Amino acid sequence: MRNWSTQKEALALRRYAGQRYACGKSVALDDLPRFLEAVLRPGDRVCLEGDNQKQAHILAKALANLDPGKVHDLHMVQSGVVLSEHLDVFEKGVAKRLDFSYSGPQSTRIARMLFGGKIELGAVHTYLELFARYFIDLTPQVALIAAVSADRDGNLYTGPNTEDTPTVVEATSFKSGLVVAQVAEIVDKVPRVDIPGDLVHFVVDAKKPFYVEPLFTRDPAAITETQILTAMLAIKGLYAPYGVRRLNHGIGFNTAAIELLLPTYGEKLGLKGKICTHFALNPHPTLIPAIEAGWVEQIHSFGSEVGMDNYLSARSDIFFTGPDGSLRSNRAYCQVAGLYACDMFIGSTLQIDLQGHSSTVTTNRIAGFGGAPNMGSDSRGRRHPSEPWLKAGADADPDAAAGLRRGRKLVVQIGETFGEKNVPLFVERLDALELADKLDLDLAPVMIYGDDVSHIITEDGIANLLLCRDNDEREQAIRGVAGYTDVGRARDRKMVERLRARGVIRRPEDLGIDPLDADRRMLAARSIKDLMLASGGLYQPPSRFRNW
Amino acid sequence: MEKLSFTMKASTAAAGTRARAIVGVVASGNLEVLLERDLPANVCVVDIATAVHGFAAVWAAVIDDFVMRRSAGGLHISINDGGARPDMVSLRLAQGVRLIEELEA
Repeated sequence: MRNWSTQKEALALRRYAGQRYACGKSVALDDLPRFLEAVLRPGDRVCLEGDNQKQAHILAKALANLDPGKVHDLHMVQSGVVLSEHLDVFEKGVAKRLDFSYSGPQSTRIARMLFGGKIELGAVHTYLELFARYFIDLTPQVALIAAVSADRDGNLYTGPNTEDTPTVVEATSFKSGLVVAQVAEIVDKVPRVDIPGDLVHFVVDAKKPFYVEPLFTRDPAAITETQILTAMLAIKGLYAPYGVRRLNHGIGFNTAAIELLLPTYGEKLGLKGKICTHFALNPHPTLIPAIEAGWVEQIHSFGSEVGMDNYLSARSDIFFTGPDGSLRSNRAYCQVAGLYACDMFIGSTLQIDLQGHSSTVTTNRIAGFGGAPNMGSDSRGRRHPSEPWLKAGADADPDAAAGLRRGRKLVVQIGETFGEKNVPLFVERLDALELADKLDLDLAPVMIYGDDVSHIITEDGIANLLLCRDNDEREQAIRGVAGYTDVGRARDRKMVERLRARGVIRRPEDLGIDPLDADRRMLAARSIKDLMLASGGLYQPPSRFRNW
Repeated sequence: MEKLSFTMKASTAAAGTRARAIVGVVASGNLEVLLERDLPANVCVVDIATAVHGFAAVWAAVIDDFVMRRSAGGLHISINDGGARPDMVSLRLAQGVRLIEELEA
């Protein structure tokens, strides 16, 4: 007779082993190493919570300090490889295999360790894709998560930075996995129950808040005139003609410039209420002036942003907040929202090739994907119409019968033709291909595939790839906005002029934009302090962004 | 420091009467552009001193487009470059011409 409850029995054994170091559900910080050795088994699939924002950093540190003689060969399945401890576990032999999404701050070290064979790589995922696999073939046996506070029953308050926690707990706890949470304090009653206590097995009082990276804060002082020019092109040449109301912005300075131009340039063009009313977006401080000027109706967020919590509580008509008043974020839901309910994604990248494939991988750096590929892809499962989606669909396939023609999401790559240290944005061949060769990967890590990209915006103009009818046109449209890069200078000038005549390429002058008007005085806020003032003092910038 | 010099035929002369103009600052990723109106109206000379080596072809393309698109005749332009990107160079050159064409206060 087959035993159909082996997982429940294994969980009971883990809980029993862990209980030696716990009082009720509470594990003292000093006992954490022995506790973890008691509940972990070699080869376990472990989700150590951490993404591009919040980090279960106390649990990460403890895991990295375990004795590899007792705990080894773990298979880490986690959104973010962000802290040094996330890689220390591989250096020490506590963990062996890795499936992840994002590795921004560790991009150089993770590349070195992958080349050195220290890490057995499963795959680099998008967030939504990794979350999906939590429910199919990468279900964690142990989840080490982070919350703000817990009560004695293990009910968790995850606060404004809820992010991945509900997804991780859902996948782990309901499949007989063990859930351990680090919290900053144990309280009698949590402000709101984000995670029900019966899904949480143990709680560690870390005595301090989990670490959060202010990844979405862009200092307006650093925005250049060229970035302002690209933002003007985007607003006048894309947002306005397509009537883009529902969208997601990437985290670069170009999109920050767009946010800061809405109340000034956008207002002058009479676009208020016609564009940028609904966002899937983290609470970008640079959006404060537009929100205050009444541009934005609603925003759902993946996570919170350091310093924004009071502002968000005070603007509950715009943001999603709980009965306690604070923001409720959820990365999985917001990724789904970005994929299915937004008509545009616009963001920056590091390399674009002649087919429009884009990648943030360079030969020595593997930054992972995060959420961009979910936002920046055409959702083939979408069925509801909207003006921009239908119009983009008609651009791509003007001859199809309207009733059977798919719409298209606007997937826009925006940037300057040359990046930091004069590195060109446009390349003949992506570094990602070389990396795939070196690591013997089946797939090159491409962030956004060329066939999903609808437009490329640089200071040179806008290329509408939907209007290209063959690969030659596509290549010349891309070369045509590639400025003075090698790729740009090798353009076929006659063909580029023909594409321009058809509106496939639109230069600033074709849109009535004088590059000399791209002036920093147009920004609705020119410093972090301006943003704080625009929020009526509700936005409290982290210290590293304060220079007054 | 790499030095480059371009002597170009200009189809239109810069308007106005101002004798000189300066835009920009010498700083990392930026550049200073000095424009002096002391050449025949159909000539433009651009002298460049740049901190970054190996971009002569890019400079040539930027200067070529500049002289074609803007009224640069009669101008002797000196560029002191701190490693600015081509888009910044184009912008500063255009700003320089606009400034030298302005009425004197």
